[in-house]
Amino acid sequence: MANPSAVCNGHLHHHHQKQNNLLKSGIYKKNGITKGMKKNGVSNGTLHKKTITEHFEQAPMYVAVLTFLGFGVGTIFGYLRDFMRAWGLEKRNVAAEREQQKDFVPLYQDFENFYTRNLYMRIRDNWNRPICSVPGPQFDLMERVTDDYNWTFRFTGRTIKNVINMGSYNYLGFAETDVNALKTVTIELQKYGTGICSTRQEMGSLDKHVELEKLVAKFLGVEDAMVFGMGFATNSMNIPALVGKGCLILSDELNHTSLVLGARLSGATIRIFKHNNMQSLEKLLRDAIIYGQPRSRRAWRKILILVEGIYSMEGSIVRLPEIVFLKKKYKAYLYLDEAHSIGAVGATGRGVVEYFGMSPDDVDVLMGTFTKSFGAAGGYIAGKKDLVDFLRTHSHSAVYATSMCPPVAEQIIRAMKCLMGLDGTTQGLQRVRQLGKNTRYFRRRLHEMGFIIYGNDDSPVVPLLLYMPGKIGAFARRMLEKNIGVVVVGFPATPITESRARFCVSAAHTREMLDTVLNALDELGDFLHLKYSRYSKSSHPELYEETRLELED
Amino acid sequence: MDIKRVKDYIYWLYYQYLLITCSYVLEPWERSMFHTITVTVFAMVVYTAYVFVPIHVRLAFEFFSQIFGSQPESTVS
Repeated sequence: MANPSAVCNGHLHHHHQKQNNLLKSGIYKKNGITKGMKKNGVSNGTLHKKTITEHFEQAPMYVAVLTFLGFGVGTIFGYLRDFMRAWGLEKRNVAAEREQQKDFVPLYQDFENFYTRNLYMRIRDNWNRPICSVPGPQFDLMERVTDDYNWTFRFTGRTIKNVINMGSYNYLGFAETDVNALKTVTIELQKYGTGICSTRQEMGSLDKHVELEKLVAKFLGVEDAMVFGMGFATNSMNIPALVGKGCLILSDELNHTSLVLGARLSGATIRIFKHNNMQSLEKLLRDAIIYGQPRSRRAWRKILILVEGIYSMEGSIVRLPEIVFLKKKYKAYLYLDEAHSIGAVGATGRGVVEYFGMSPDDVDVLMGTFTKSFGAAGGYIAGKKDLVDFLRTHSHSAVYATSMCPPVAEQIIRAMKCLMGLDGTTQGLQRVRQLGKNTRYFRRRLHEMGFIIYGNDDSPVVPLLLYMPGKIGAFARRMLEKNIGVVVVGFPATPITESRARFCVSAAHTREMLDTVLNALDELGDFLHLKYSRYSKSSHPELYEETRLELED
Repeated sequence: MDIKRVKDYIYWLYYQYLLITCSYVLEPWERSMFHTITVTVFAMVVYTAYVFVPIHVRLAFEFFSQIFGSQPESTVS
C-alpha cells in the first residue's frame, strides 16, 4: 500500500528560502527542524533495499558498423531516387517547392524529409495500421495492400482476425468489451450522453468529474486532483501554467513530446540532463543555483525538474529517490509524469511513488494519464490543494478544453475502484500482480534467448533492439505473418543506430499468448540474427526456476 | 535431407545479406542494380587477387630470400 507516513515528509528545509516561489506555500510544510540529511539517508536506505536492475547492454561493435552500412546503402539509393525525381525520371509523390519559391529557403531539404521520403517510406507498411476491434490482448487488423511501394495503400476489405496485441498500452487489461464490466459505464452513458459541449470553467463541471477527482486524490494519497480530457494536453498545457519566464526547467533527455512541448510553450529556460543520470542533474542544479539566470545573474524564480515514471522508449524507471533527494537539497520542484507507470508498477498499481516506497508528498506535481492502464482517455494532475486550485483557474486545459465525457469518467472510476478493491473484489490487485508476473516472465525469457532488451526488470514496456534498418521491416512483417502485432520504432523516435521493437505486456495476456509470442521471437531471432546479447546464458534454456538459480550463482 | 539444410542455410545467408545491406527494403529494380554492383565489385576483387597476388607473393619471396639468404655471406666477408 502507498504509505503516506513514509520517511521524508518535507522536513527537508533550511530556514532561508527564496520568497518568490509560487508553488511553495502549498507544497512544503515549513517546519525546518532538522538539517534533513539524516532523513534522506533513511529514504535512500529504502532505495538500496530495492535493487534496481536496469539493462542497457551495448551491442557488439560490428552491429554498429553494419547498421551504418545499411543506412549508407539506403542513403545512396535515396540520393539516386531524389536525383531521378529532380530530373523528371520518376513521379514525385511528395510535396516539393513550387517553381516560384525556388530562390527561397528550401522547405523540404533537411535530413528528416530525406529520411521520410527515402528510408521510412520503404517500410511504412509497418506503421499506422488501422485496427477494427477493441485493442485487448487480441485484436483485428484491417488488411491493406500497396501497389506503389507504400506511397498509397488500399484496403482489401478483409480483416486479419485475432492478432496477438503486443503494442497497446493496455497494461491492466481494462480496454475490454465485457458487458458486465461495462455495466456502470452504460448506465452513465444513458444518463449523461457523450457530449459535454463546454469547458470545466463554464458549464462543463459535472458531478461525475468531482467524484472522479476525489477518487483519484484518494487513490494517490494526495490532497486534491484535477482531471483533464486529454492526456497529452495535461502535460503540454499545465507546464506553461506552472512555470514561465525566469524559471528553469530541467528536463530528462528522453522525455515525451508532451513534456517537451509544454516546456517550450512555457517560455522558461530549458536545460537537458542525461537520461536518468543523477550526476548530470546535480551538476545542472548546482550550476543553476550558483550562476542564476544568464547575464542578469538573478536567482531563478523556480526550478522545475521534469521526469517520467517509466520511459516509454527505454523501459527504464526513473530514479525517484535520488531525484527527490536532489530536489530537496537544491530546493527545486519535481514534476513526475506517470503516464506509463500509474497502474503498471507498484504493489497496488500506484505508480513509481509506491514502487520506491516513497510518500506522494515528496513529489510536487503528480501527473498521469488514464489512456493506458485505465483503458479510457484523459489525464490528471494531483498534489497539494493549493497547486490543484491554482491549476483550476490558470490551466489552459481547464479554461479552454472541453471537459471529460462522463462515460469515460465512469470507466476510469470503475477501473480505479477495481484497483483499490472498492468494488468488493480482489480483481484489480490480481491484475497488477498478473502484469508483474507477465512482465518478469517475458523479460526473463527474452534475456535467456539472448536478445538485447532495455530497461528495468519491472517495467512492462519491453524494448527489443533491432539496430539495422532492414530488420525493422522484416521483423514487423514476419511477426504479423505469425499473427502477432508489434510496434517497431526507428529514427526519429530513437537514436538512428538503435531501432527497436517495443512490446507492451498486459495483464490480459495469458501465458499461452506470451509463449506463442516468445516462440515466434525465438525462431525469428535466429532467422533474422537478432540475438546480439553477449550475456546470454544459453540459447534454448528450460523454463524452470531451479536452472535459473544455478546459472545465477 | 542434407541438401535441404544446405539450401536453407544458403537462403539464410542471402537473407542476412539482404538485411544487413538494407537491400531488403529496396524496390526490385534497385535491388537487382545493387546486386549487380556488389557482384561486379566482388568479382573484380577476386579477379584482381587471382592475377596479382601470386606475382606479389613471388616477388616478396624473392626479396626476403635475397636479404636473409645473403646475410651470412656478408657477415663472413
